[in-house]
Parts: sequence; C-alpha cells; structure tokens
Amino acid sequence: MDVFLTQILNGLDKGSAYALIALGLTLIFGTLGVVNFAHGALFMIGAFCSVFLQRLLNLSYETVDPTKTDFLGNPAVIKTPYVESWFGPEMGAAIIDWSVPLAVLFAIPIMIAIGFIMERGLIKHFYKREHADQILVTFGLAIVLQEVIKAVYGANPIQTPAPDALSGVAVLAEGVVYPVWRIVYFFFSVVVIGAVFAFLQFTTFGMVVRAGMADRETVGLLGIDIDKRFTLMFGLAAAVAGLAGVMYGPINAPNYHMGMDFLVLSFVVVVVGGMGSLPGAVAAGFLLGILESFASMTAVTDIIPGINQIIIYLVAIIILLVRPRGLMGRKGVME
Amino acid sequence: MGILEVKDVGKRFGGLQALGDVNLSVKENTCHAIIGPNGAGKSTLLNCLVGKLIPDTGSVMFDGNSVLGRSPHEINQMGISRVFQTPEIFGDLTVMENMMIPLFAKRDGAYRLHAIESVQAEKGLIQQAEEMLAEVNMLDKREMHSASMSRGDKRRLEMAMCLVQDPKLLLLDEPTAGMARADTNNTIDLLKEIKEKRDITIAIIEHDMHVVFSLADRITVLAQGTPLVEDTPENIKGHPKVQEAYLGETQQV
Amino acid sequence: MLGLGKKDASLLLVVVALTMLAPFILNPFPSDSGMAQFNAGYPDLMQRFVIFGIFAIGFNILFGLTGYLSFGHAAFLGVGSYSAVWMFKLLSMNILPAIILSVIIAGLFSLLIGWVSLRRTGIYFSILTLAFAQMSFALAYSVLTPLTNGETGLQVTLDDPRILGVSATADGSIPVTNLFGLEMRSAYDMIVGPWTFTFSVGYYVCAIVMIAAFYLSIRIFRSPFGMMLRAIKSNQTRMNYTGLNPKPYTLAAFVISGMYAGLAGGLMASMDPLAGAERMQWTASGEVVLMTILGGVGTLIGPILGAGMIKYFENIFSKINDGVLHTWFSFLPDGIENFMVAVIHPFVGKGWHLTLGLIFMLVVTFLPGGLVEGGQRIAKALRKKDKDDDGKSPSTEPAE
Repeated sequence: MDVFLTQILNGLDKGSAYALIALGLTLIFGTLGVVNFAHGALFMIGAFCSVFLQRLLNLSYETVDPTKTDFLGNPAVIKTPYVESWFGPEMGAAIIDWSVPLAVLFAIPIMIAIGFIMERGLIKHFYKREHADQILVTFGLAIVLQEVIKAVYGANPIQTPAPDALSGVAVLAEGVVYPVWRIVYFFFSVVVIGAVFAFLQFTTFGMVVRAGMADRETVGLLGIDIDKRFTLMFGLAAAVAGLAGVMYGPINAPNYHMGMDFLVLSFVVVVVGGMGSLPGAVAAGFLLGILESFASMTAVTDIIPGINQIIIYLVAIIILLVRPRGLMGRKGVME
Repeated sequence: MGILEVKDVGKRFGGLQALGDVNLSVKENTCHAIIGPNGAGKSTLLNCLVGKLIPDTGSVMFDGNSVLGRSPHEINQMGISRVFQTPEIFGDLTVMENMMIPLFAKRDGAYRLHAIESVQAEKGLIQQAEEMLAEVNMLDKREMHSASMSRGDKRRLEMAMCLVQDPKLLLLDEPTAGMARADTNNTIDLLKEIKEKRDITIAIIEHDMHVVFSLADRITVLAQGTPLVEDTPENIKGHPKVQEAYLGETQQV
Repeated sequence: MLGLGKKDASLLLVVVALTMLAPFILNPFPSDSGMAQFNAGYPDLMQRFVIFGIFAIGFNILFGLTGYLSFGHAAFLGVGSYSAVWMFKLLSMNILPAIILSVIIAGLFSLLIGWVSLRRTGIYFSILTLAFAQMSFALAYSVLTPLTNGETGLQVTLDDPRILGVSATADGSIPVTNLFGLEMRSAYDMIVGPWTFTFSVGYYVCAIVMIAAFYLSIRIFRSPFGMMLRAIKSNQTRMNYTGLNPKPYTLAAFVISGMYAGLAGGLMASMDPLAGAERMQWTASGEVVLMTILGGVGTLIGPILGAGMIKYFENIFSKINDGVLHTWFSFLPDGIENFMVAVIHPFVGKGWHLTLGLIFMLVVTFLPGGLVEGGQRIAKALRKKDKDDDGKSPSTEPAE
C-alpha cells in the first residue's frame, strides 16, 4: 500500500507540470487554433525567471573586514547582498531564501508581457496559415528562445533551491516519506488550475473564450472583438506555463533545453486528453505522470527494462488508435 | 426496377429524425430531381447514397449492388460521380491535371503505385481529357492553375471531371447555388446537352425551380425527411401538397 | 533523356556537374590563405552535404507532395545506421549489403510507423510521428542496449565475426569500409599551385547515390503517383469522390521517404562505421524539416540546396570565433571593433543554432517557398527591370 502511495505521489509533481503545460497548450489551441511548439520554451523561461530573481537578490557589495583574515592572511573580503543591507540581515536573508516563491509574483507580469509580444509580434500573422506553417514558425521560435537563454545563462543547469522551511521531507504515513517542496508544487498547480477554470467559468471574458472554443465562427459573428481576447488568452497561457516553470526549479535545476523535453510529452498529454478539452488536458497530465512513475518502479523495470522511458508514448499511440479523439475530446475538433 | 433503388431509408441525428422511411426509385437514363424546403433531408439523403453517411435503417441498391458500408471511393468506382454545392476541385493543380486524375482513377482503380511512369507518356488519357475539356469549352484554360478560376469555371471543371469518368449515375448537389442568372442558364444548357449526348442517369438536388423544371423527367418532393409525392414535373407544379410544403399551411385542401 | 522532359534533364545535368566538380567548386581559396577556413571541399563535409541531400530529397517526397509534416524521420535515418553497422559487424565491411539492409529495415520500420500514424491527419499526424521518434530514441538509448549499445553507440570492434571478411587486418587493426575492395577513406590530393583539391572515394560513392536518388525523385514527381500525392495535399474530399483511396498513396509516400532516410543513414555509417541514438532525436528530425523548408518545399532542387546551405553554414559559422571576428573588423577603430564583435558574437561559433532558428522563422514567415521561391522572385524582378529599361531607353535617348 505504501509503495502505491509513494508512486502516486512521485507521479504527481511531474503530472502537475504536464497538466499545467498541457492546459496552456489547449487554451491556445482551442481558442486561437494555433499549435504552439514554443510553449515548452515559455515553461523554460518561467524557470529562468527564478534564476534571474535569485541572481538579482544575491547582488552584493564588497567590504573589507580588517579584523578577519582569509586563509592566505589577507584581510577578508565580505560580500553583503544589497537586500540584506536594505532590510537588515535577517529579513534580507529570508528574502533570498524565499526567492523561488517570490519569483512567482515577479514572473506573472513578465510572462504575460512575453505572451503579448509573441502573439502580437508573430503568432497573429499565422492564424490564417496552415497548421504546418504554425508548427514550423513556433518551432523556429522555440529554438531561438532556448538559444538566447543558453547564451545568457550557459548550458549547465543552475540550482534554484527551495526555501529552507520547505526543503525537508515530510512523513505522510508510516513508511511514506516525501519531499515537502513536491507537495507544495502539487498544491500550487491545483490552485493555478483551479484559478484558470474559475476564470473561465465565472467571468464574461471566460464565457466568450469557452464559447469560442466550442464554435469559433459563431463567436466571430457576434461582433465580439476576438483579437484583443486572443492576445489576453495568449498572455494567460504563457503565464500558466511560466508559473509551472518557476516552481519546478527546486525539483529539477533549470537548464536551457528543459522546455523541449517537456514540450514533446505535453503534446502527447494534450492528444491523449483530447485536443481542445481543458479537463482532458489536466486529467491526462496527472494520469500520465502517475503512470510514468509506476513504470519506473524497480519491480516493473526488472521485468521490462526501460519501460518507464516509453510508457507515455505507448499509451498515447494505443489511445489514438482505439479512441482517436482522446479521452475527453469532442467531435469536430481538428478532424 | 430503377438503376438506383432506395428502400425505407431512415437516419437519426441524436433526437432529430433527419430521414424517415424514404423510398425512391431512379430509372435509368432519366433526370430525377429531389426538391424540398430547407431541412427536408435532401443533403442527408445524398450523403447516404455516396457513403458519407450510413443510414440507420433501409437499403440503397445501385445497379443491383448495395452501396451501404462502402466508402466514397468504392462507390465512385461502382459508377456514381458527385458534384458538390461548392465546387470541389484540386485547387493546387492545373486544369489538365484535374482532368487526368479521374481518368487514372477510372483506368487503374482506387490505388496503383505507378511511380516511375511519366504522366506525359499517357497519350490516350491526355486525348480523352482534351476532348472532354473541349466539350465544356475549357480547352484554352488547360494549363491554368485551377484555384485562380471563376466560380463558374470551377463548376464546369468539376462537372467535366465527373463526366470524363463516364459514370452511370451523376449526382448533382445544388449545382447552380449562388450562381448568376446567366451562369445558371449556361449550366442548364450544359446539362441538357449531356443528357442528350450520353447514356447517363442524373439525380439532382435543387432549390431553383427554373432549373428543376427545365431538366427533370421526374420529381420527388421531400419534406421533414419523408417523400411527399413523386410525379412528373407537370403534375408536381399544381400539386396542393407541394404548395403546402413550400408555402406552409394553406386553406386550399 | 532518360524519360525526363527537357527542363528536368537539364536540372539533372546541373546537379551532376555540381556534385562531380564539388571538390573544385567548394575549394575556391588557396590552402595557405586566410580564407582557407571557408573552404568546404574536404571529404567529411562534402559527404555530409550529399548524405543530408538524400535525406531531404526523401523527406520532400512526403512533406512536399502530400503536405503531411512528419517530425520523426530521423528515426528512420538512425535505424538505417544501426542496420549498416550490424552488417559491418556480422557480414563484411563491404558497404553494398550494408546499405541494402539499411534501406530494407528502414522501409519496414516506416511501414509500421506510417501505418499507425497515417490513421490521423494534420497536427495529430505530426504529433504521432514525433511520439514515435522519441520512443525510438528512448529505445535506442537505453531499452534496446544489446542491439544499439546504448549511450556509447554501436561500433565495429576487433572481436566482430564478419563471416565474409576478417575480424582484424594483418596488422591487428579494424578493417575499413569498402566497396568490393575500394576503400571509402582513400583519397587523392591534386595540388595545383597554391590549391589543394581532395578527391575522396567515399564522397564520390555518396554523390553517385545522391544523383540516383535525385533522378528517382524527379521520376516520382512527374509520375501519376506524384500527381496523386499532390492531389491529396490539395483536396482529399475530391480525391475520395473521384474513386481514389488516399491511404495507400500516403503510406507509399511515407515508406519511400523512410527508405530514403534509411539510405542516408546507411551511407552515413558506411563513411564512418558507428551509429548513435542522438541521430534519432527529434531535433534531428527538425533539422531535415528545416533543410526542406529553407530550400523550397515541393520543389525538386530545393531540398538539396537547403541541405547544402545548412550543413555549409553550420560548418563555417561554428568556426568563427572572437579571434576571427577581431581580425575581420581590425580596420575599424578599437571601440567600434569591439562593439561589432560583441554584436555578432552571439550568432556565430556556438551560437549557430540561434542564427539557424532566426533564419528559419524569417523563411517561414516571409518566404514560404524557400530559396527556390527567392531565386524565382529575384529572376522575375530582374526580367521586369530589363523590360522597363528596354521600354524607356528609346525615349530617354536624344533624337539625332
């Protein structure tokens, strides 16, 4: 039983990331009809938002402390981060310690802005072009974004630790020990997903978006300014992907190609969930995350070595063959 | 016994009975029109004939064989060609290429891997295509990119693509929808000519009564998914039930 | 000629001339000059040009004609490489059986993947092929290690059986790949004044295979089958109602392009007998898409141009480092020199992929027909200008 619980928990954090990325992909695809291959890059940029904030908070000035010497006998140079001198040492240290959660606040406007720029600058010119062109241009954009990050931050992963208070392990039941941050990540993603659904359910904007996903042409005929909403939608999807990335840093140190790694799997998630179905994307995200975690159990890999690496693809292929519309796909969407 | 026999065909979409017990018999070498108000089930019926939809009940026999459960390309190979409401042509291809494809389909069947032979070497087929284009007055447009043509030309090309296969049954789905009067008259003339020159059966769905009465030998009136009457054009014109179906409730029964 | 029209025949001749004379054409700079680093006429790079040319020609038969965008074609190239290396290990170092097996295995593999993926169209198809390719990569990388030697990659070793050959040569080294005794790595250097031209057996074998592959692709383009594929791209509804079944056509196109990829993979292993999983990664599939798009989708010559361009610039751009940039801009005042170097730096050397991504976005956005369309536009503009000049000249000239 404990083994089961542990595996389900292990699947939840990856599943949460899949679900959040797939949710954004589906939002963009469902409303704008665009297949965004650069969505993984947005996830990656989110993760680098916390890297950026962490570095910003660690900016320091140097003072020479003549009373101490380093191991060579020279006077010791002490680096003091500016935040510590502004807010006092304790408060400052706490701010630095909490840089990842703080980056969430910082990432939201940045990601929305990036989303706006992407949509206005590039994507909007591709609404009327073929899906193949949309795939290709966003694929090019994904390469560019990831190379820019690589040029700025280098090719190696950069550690973004969770706050001390949240970085230990929790004993959930006898024999079930689990890192606290992964639990935080799961609840965080649940909150974000809930917020997106609430936004779509209870605002006029959300109503129009849902109507648009059901029948794009009709909504266009109602004379609603779809263009502006498309831009907002893109910003929202970018923010969701970015948030998923920011909080994922402590689980997996951000590197420039993490976006591509997650993108392929997120696409598979979208297809399994059913193109254009938001609940489908979320459900499939968690489901496949958990499935992957079960497939990585040694008991399973002993029988079929490496099954954990291909299980998601296998499931996707089987689902597409027996249920071409995906788990919750609707008729008439992309057929 | 007609070349096309539709027996007790019914089709439901969810709660909507689109077709209920449709019986229809189209005689060989005649032009049979199916008319009726919007939502009468004309298009549903047509889609049941060509394999796009499968009826829930009943049977559709063509030339002694059932068409049910066959895919559109198999039904075409049986000898049924279809002209669409908005012309369906190969827009990226030239007019001549558009003509060659149905000819290859007719000669080689639904699939053949002829990847090394040259299209230009098929002199016989090229000649057939040119003759057909001449018949519809489009020979001068043979090298044109077909997407750039006018709607009327696209319609004529589509008709030529169907006719070049020498089908036994030609299905026309509102061939003059959205056309100007002059174009409509041209289409009528073209169809009349085809009827005279060839051994061909035509089934036509049409809104325009002028077209229907110029061409049809028999007319079936469809309303709410069932045939109201079937008769000659002369008798249909004055039929009270027809007027009722088109004009709504009238006192004149 | 050879069953081709006049235009196609001359295109084929141009390609033949270019590939046969490539060791000259690609080596325009004397070998001791500063520009020698921009020479591309060495065997390794020239082989890559033509091998990726084959890959792109095959990909274009699927994507260019039918419009089905596959993101998984690198898998077939990888399978081809593995098959060839196994042939070298088990049978002999002769490349002919190796390449034949590569093509057959890649064909079978693409038949399987195509049969499943082609049940869906559009974006679903792209994602399915992507999923298959990633799965193949994972299989090659870890699951099927006994077959693929995992991360290290599959290599020929001294203990291989090689039934029809020898496990080791007389001097105890691994035998080299050959075609009935003609060694792939042997080359002849021709020295003309300051120039050195290298003629490599390996390159000419690849070039001849590419010419054959190109010829076959012209025949396919001009055949009824090729026309059917374009018809599928244009209008599947009309295709169905014309009595044609699009499925076997697209599947055949998929398998043919898979076999081209297998051929490229087999040749790659023949030039350098090793195979690694990274050849199957989806970025590698993306690369062949880029080549085809950059050159011109659906055109005959486009894929070859695209493959050549990308491989050439990849090689050249990667070589440009800050030192090279400083020598270029040394004529400028120091401040401006450093500024120019700083501006260009991110795009060259290790930043080649950034440049590639940008070029790709620009081409898709502004020049969907790729280099071929670009060339046609320029030619059109020039012709128009000529005409204008002709029209104007009489009036501007003073009457005498």
